[in-house]
Parts: sequence; structure tokens; C-alpha cells
Amino acid sequence: MMKQKNTRKPKLAFLLVLAAAATVLSGCHGKKEQAAFTVPDHFDLSKDYEITFWAKNDTNKTQTDIYRQAIADFQELYPNITVNLRLYTDYNDIYNDVITNLTTGTTPNVCITYPDHIATYLTGDEVVVPLDDLFCNEAYGLGGSELLFDGPKEEEIVPQFLEECQIGGHYYALPFMRSTEACYINVDYVEALGYTLPETLTWDFIWEVSEAAAAKNPDGTFKLNNQEVMIPFLYKSTDNMMIQMLKQQNAGYSTSTGEVELFNDTTKEILYTIAGHTATGAFSTFKISGYPANFLNAGQCVFAIDSTAGATWMGSDAPLVDIAEESVVDFETAVMPIPQYDPAHPQMISQGPSLCIFNKEDPQEVLASWLFAQYMLSNPVQTAYSETEGYVPVTTAAQNSPQYQDYLSRAGEDDSTYYDVKIKAAKLLLEHEADTFVTPVFNGSASLRNAAGQLIEEVTKSVRRKQTVDDAYLEELRSKITSLYHLDEFSGMSGEQTDLGPLPLASKILLGTLAGIWILLILYGAGSKIKKRN
Amino acid sequence: MKKTISMLLVLSMAGMLSGCAGKSTETTAADTTAAESAAAAEETTEAAESTAAETTEADGADGDVLNYEEYMAADLDTEVTIQAYVQAKQAWWEDQATVYAQDQDGAYFIYNAACSQEDYDLLVPGTKIQVTGYKSEWSGEVEIMDGTIQVLEGEDTYVAEALDVTDLLGTDELIDHQNQFVSFTGMTVEAAGQDENGNDVAFLYNWDGSGTEGDDLYFNASYNGETYTFTIESYLCDSSTEVYSAVKNLQIGQTIDMEGFLYWYEGVNPHITSVTVAE
Repeated sequence: MMKQKNTRKPKLAFLLVLAAAATVLSGCHGKKEQAAFTVPDHFDLSKDYEITFWAKNDTNKTQTDIYRQAIADFQELYPNITVNLRLYTDYNDIYNDVITNLTTGTTPNVCITYPDHIATYLTGDEVVVPLDDLFCNEAYGLGGSELLFDGPKEEEIVPQFLEECQIGGHYYALPFMRSTEACYINVDYVEALGYTLPETLTWDFIWEVSEAAAAKNPDGTFKLNNQEVMIPFLYKSTDNMMIQMLKQQNAGYSTSTGEVELFNDTTKEILYTIAGHTATGAFSTFKISGYPANFLNAGQCVFAIDSTAGATWMGSDAPLVDIAEESVVDFETAVMPIPQYDPAHPQMISQGPSLCIFNKEDPQEVLASWLFAQYMLSNPVQTAYSETEGYVPVTTAAQNSPQYQDYLSRAGEDDSTYYDVKIKAAKLLLEHEADTFVTPVFNGSASLRNAAGQLIEEVTKSVRRKQTVDDAYLEELRSKITSLYHLDEFSGMSGEQTDLGPLPLASKILLGTLAGIWILLILYGAGSKIKKRN
Repeated sequence: MKKTISMLLVLSMAGMLSGCAGKSTETTAADTTAAESAAAAEETTEAAESTAAETTEADGADGDVLNYEEYMAADLDTEVTIQAYVQAKQAWWEDQATVYAQDQDGAYFIYNAACSQEDYDLLVPGTKIQVTGYKSEWSGEVEIMDGTIQVLEGEDTYVAEALDVTDLLGTDELIDHQNQFVSFTGMTVEAAGQDENGNDVAFLYNWDGSGTEGDDLYFNASYNGETYTFTIESYLCDSSTEVYSAVKNLQIGQTIDMEGFLYWYEGVNPHITSVTVAE
């Protein structure tokens, strides 16, 4: 029996990271500034380079094997480049380690990251390499003539995914893999309750069925499964939940420059809705109850929303299972896009790892990093990695490759490589690429994201604890979350240098006074010299 | 003239400094991050002060403190207050501590409870604490979350003897000892998985071998023909600890004795703190 997908670790809290970032970045002021990177004319194949790659995997051995294989294949092409792999299973751990290593100049050369995190790195001078010039370099750029492998051209990277890597008008990352969220459904339960899955899931439908599924027998067990446990609707990432619910209703979240719009009437309505369905036992979250996959597979959940990159854990025949075999029940699993408010215009989040490159003194070393990052977008790496989970390749070249098309066509042939739930999850995103969105990236956007999720977590916990959720409660919550996540302190940050506008009058007077003093000093000095000569 | 210039310079400097102090609203991104740090530090100080105050108040514990039996009988999601003795510390982040605590009747897992770093430093094995928080369950693990730890200074101490639960493995009674300091004796090391060459190995980094040095270690040991999985939780025992090294040196077929805490994650998931290879 496979055990322990992941025990719950206290995540390095965002505020701690911010504190570390502040220390590091303020410490950088006295440091020798890093020169801006310029693309060398030629890559020096006669010199050896050692680069480090900090990679994130989903606690998945196949993924780490693919990283290692990719490195071995790349080193065969470029024997003068050695790539040292460091493995992580959490984005926040990479983020923390990058910030810690900024002071000592020991950042990795390449790392897996989220654009939200890059926005923080960008507050340091020339820390992250802007990729615009590298993209279009004829020799070593995307599809460049001097590449020793078949890399993607810029137009072969899915435009939506590439745009997500743009911050302040510059590209600072390459997308590596993309996923979205999916609703994994126990179809047997939906039908047993007298419902039929609609073509597009709606929030109304999911709440209605969840309420029906929460009905109990006189002995306290649930009617639907005759078990003591049933959480009809379980959501893994509540930050995504809030963000998508707001987006689908065209409600505010943040502006592109970082002004917080999270607290609005729609947010309030969402929280009241969630409170109501928590009170009846129809809804809970990963942080409060556990992994949606475990409840779904044990027949204790009807609707489990998690990443498409978590598809291998979902369903009766899931290749990865965290619960005892005897606890797994047999049921039909449907994989559908997340519920919508407007089924005619579905909207869902785009997420997944990206690759960023850190600046170094030697431009040749940076170029070596760029070559490796680009190699990670080549077809063999893209198709192999995407097949480990419900990810999709980020290039059309890989998506349309015969190997990937063959993979997609073989859904259900086995319960490992061709596990149907996993392939359905990947297809879901492929069919809805145009319906995906991302939230604005700015220094502080990661904090806002956490705050959005925490609103749901707090309301859900409070209802379970029989506390009253009313306007006064929500106002207090708003204040608490604003303070905890410092939401009132980072509006207007966009991850790039901002124009601070004209100098205030006081500053002008001050500078004028200083200039006057210097003039007086010079005149005084000159006068003294003349006196001495005389 | 010199005096005049000096005075002007001093006044200018004073003006500059006061200008800097009042300039909190117009900041660059980097400056704002620093402001966030300062605010976070402020928050930390407040939390520490609050906890320190609570430490003093806790001298006379009130009648709402539940004993272990009452705690176990309490409904999930209700507020509880318990007193127990620290057995091990697992983690501290941002004024939140995760701790194993126990008394003569049973054990408690305190997850992410408010605790200043100063107080966390006081939490040596045996220290008596009072915890107020919400009784919760996460993937089978019953714990106190969203709580506050108060150090009860001047109280007695208690360090639990490891309870041998080897014979309870695979039985329904084992869960009655959830979170307790326990021991497993005379168990046989089994293969945890295979390496890249297909050879059996005695331990894995992470549950499937996807990790590296510093990550959790997973290993298997059998008793009476049944195999069970054990974990070196890297936050509880990091790669510098003896037990981490000991597990990395295990050989399949060895007989071992172990001690640790009876953590739960979708079933029993002991967090091992010591491993001894039998002579």
C-alpha cells in the first residue's frame, strides 16, 4: 500500500518570508550592484560551467526521474555545462530559500517559481534576468540557429501561458507546465440523489446536490453512504476558490498595479453563501478537514475540487492512494471544469510552474542557464513531464506532437500512464485554454492571494465553531486579514520601479538650502585662499 | 561664517531626517517590503508581549481546564483548555509552535499554537503548559489548533516513559494512544522501495523516494508478519539528528527497537525519534 502522499507541514508563512525578503533586499543596498545582463555574442563551448537548478515536484518520483533524465540529456548536448539538481516539493520553500540566498549571492541559476514570487525578487537590483533580449536572440533565442536541440519558437509557446510570465512589460520567466482546477465527481452519488450532471457545472447545482448529500439517518450516519463521515463538497485551494468566484462575477480582486479590491459586496455574498453551506455540513476545506482525494476515494465526498495536477490521486482506480486499500470504494469518476456562475462564459484559473533565471557576474554562465531553461521546453521534456500528472505542455509543438497525441488517445488503457482521470484532466485544460485567466502580479500579490483564501478558511472555521457570521463579524475579519497580510501597505506596487512624481515643496527647499551652503563653502574657501596669497 | 554654515548644515540634516520619518506613505516597492517587515516585527513583539502577560495570569489555572478524559469526550470544533507537559517540539514559525504534549493519562498534539520565540525556548521536555484552542481533526489526527500556549512557570515537570505498543500494531486499540510517546521493539527492517538500479533499499526520502537529504525519511518494519511504515519527520528530527543518521544506516533484515510519537495520518503514522539496532 502506498502511504503518505504528504503530511501536513506548517508552511513557511508568507509574512515571515516578507520579513526575510525585506532584510535581504534592504541589505542589498550596501552591496556591489549586479551589472545588467547582456547577451554574449557567442556561447563559449571551451569553458566549463556549473549551474544549479532548484526544481519543484509534486512528491512524485517519476517527475524527479524526468528532471534527472532531462539534465543527463542536456549535459550530453553541452558537455561543458554541469547542472546540479536540488529538489523541492513546495513552491514556498523555494521562495524562502531564494530570498535567503540573495544576500550571499548564492541564488540558483534556474529555479521553478510562480510569477507572484518573481515580483518580490524583482525588488532587488538586477536579480532576475529579463528574458526579452534572450527570447529574440537569433543565435541562442527561442528557436535560435545555434541551439544544439530543437527548442520551441516564441510563437510555439501558448500565448496565454507566455503572457503570464510578463511582469511590468518584461518577460521574467518561461512557463514550464500548466494546470487548472478540476471538479472530480462521484457520479454514482450524484445519480443516487436523483440528479444528472449538467453539461456545465454551476455553483447552484453543486450547492443543491451538496445539501442533499448532507442528509443524515436517525442514527447520525449519512443517508448517502451510511458512513459517519461525509463532506459533500471539499475544496483544496480556497484562495483559488475565492479568486475564481470573484472573477466569474466580474467582481474586484486587485488592479493590475496592485490596488486591493478584495473586500467588496460580492466577496461578502460569497462568504455568506459558504457560511450557510458549512453550517449544514455541505462544505469544508483541505486545511480544515484533509485532502479532497482521500475523502472522495473513501466515498465520503461528492465534489472534490483540486488541481488537474492532482488527478493521479483521484478516483477508485487512482495510481496514487493515501488511504487504506480497504477504505477505497468503487465509483465512477467524472472530471469537469470548476462550477460557473455564467455557463456560457466559463472562467477558470491558469496555474503551474514557471522557470526563472538569476543574474550572475559571468554572462556566459547566465547564457548556459538560459540554454538549460529553454531545453526544459523541448518536446521530450514537455511531453514526459506533462504525462506524470494532469499537466499540459506549454508549447503547441509538444501538444501537437505525435507522441503526446498518442498519449491523449489512449485514456483508460491502464491505471498508470494512461489513467483516464489524469488524461481527462489534461484534456479539460486543453479544451479550455482560452477560458483561463491569471491574477495580476505585483510585489504583494502572493500575500493578497493568501488573504483571499484565508477569508474562506476563517468563515468556515467560525461556522463550525458555532460562532455567528454576520456583518459585524465580516467587518472584523476584514480588519484582521488586512492587518495580518498587510494589505493596506502594498497597494500600488507593480514589481517595477515606479515614477514617484514631482518632488514635494519641502524637499525642494531642503535641496536648495544644501546647494546654497555648498556655494557659500566654495566661496568661503576661495576667499581664504586669496587672503593667504595676499 | 563657519558657525553660520555649520548651523545651516545641522538644520538641513535635521530637516532631512524628519522628512524621512514622515515619508511612510510614498514608497517604492522595495521600501514597502521593508515596511511590511517592520510591521511584521511589530506584530511579533505584540504577540510576544501578549504571551508573556498570559504566562503570568496562568499561575492560577481556573476550573475550565479539562482533564484528558474530558478532552477526549469534547466535541470536535469546540474550545478546550488543557494542561499537559511538553514531550517534544516539532516546529516554530512566526510565533506559532507545534508541540507534542502529554500527561499521565494521555497525549495531545498542539498544532500551530500562538507562542513567542522566548516561550518556545522554554519548552523543554517536561515543561508544564496550558493550551487553549479548538479541538480539531485533520486526516484522522486529533489535535488542538488555533490555540495559545501558556508556560506554567514553577509547576512540576513530567517526562513520559515510552509505552511499548508493539503488540497493539494492527489493532483498534492502538488509536487510544494517539500522540503518545511510544516504543516498538523487536521489529524487522523491510525494504522501503527500490533504488534506480532496482535494488531494495531500507529507507526512502519522502514516501516514494522523490526527496533528497533533509526531507522526511520513510522506512518499513515488520512484526508478526505484518509490515508497517514509520517516518522520520524532518521538522521533528532534522538531518543533523542521530535518528536521521541511524535510519540512513539501516540494513534490511536488521532487528530494531524504536521510540517516537504516535502521530496519525489516514491511519497510524509514527514519528520516530530514536532507532536502536538490536545486538
